[in-house]
Amino acid sequence: MAEVPLTVRVQREPFDVAAETDLLTHGRTDIGAVVTFTGLCRSEGGDLAALELEHYPGMAEAEIERTAKAAIDRWPLLGVTAIHRHGRIAPGEPIVLVITVSSHRVAAFEAAEYLMDFLKTRAPFWKKEEKHDGTTGGWVDARDHDDRAAARWEK
Amino acid sequence: MKIRYFAWVRERIGKAEEVVDLPAEVLTTTDLLIWLKSRGEEYDWALERPDVIRVACDQVHAAPGTPLAGVREVALFPPMTGG
Repeated sequence: MAEVPLTVRVQREPFDVAAETDLLTHGRTDIGAVVTFTGLCRSEGGDLAALELEHYPGMAEAEIERTAKAAIDRWPLLGVTAIHRHGRIAPGEPIVLVITVSSHRVAAFEAAEYLMDFLKTRAPFWKKEEKHDGTTGGWVDARDHDDRAAARWEK
Repeated sequence: MKIRYFAWVRERIGKAEEVVDLPAEVLTTTDLLIWLKSRGEEYDWALERPDVIRVACDQVHAAPGTPLAGVREVALFPPMTGG
């Protein structure tokens, strides 16, 4: 079986969804479904000035790659791109991008959700809030909801 | 062995990494947390709830009680909040 194109990047700068999608689909006629998920920074009701995203260099890339490879083993995917930003990110800015492509939509939808669920609970990133009044809002707590979302894929 | 700290574990301990000589009785990740906790109040504060601390050995998630033999880099951090 041909190697499935896989791109994993952890970067400070923003990403271009259209350009990343084109990299996966350009010149191909076997792809019938493209799912893109972009996670954005919320203002949390206007209080939040920015998120500071800390990460574990090396492990962050490796863990996303492990998750992406597990998705490739599980669904008939024709390509995966996962990009996660770090550093200071303001409300409205993108944080994370997942693109999955497949012949049919179900595999692409499910794999994108799987990737996001595991990225949230296993990729070593931590968010710290910065408020408009200059104070720190502290570290964002992990949510049980995210653990449950990831657990539903175990079987 | 190199130990790295992230997020509020790093802030509470007051350093991002350090190199330590492990006592002979520290054989697993669980032993490591117990030993580190005894090293001073900043460690005790960072590791006050060892059950919430996540551990990675050589950049791979490690379950509690994972043996440290042959491990070069251990990282301690809170539950992850990326995505």
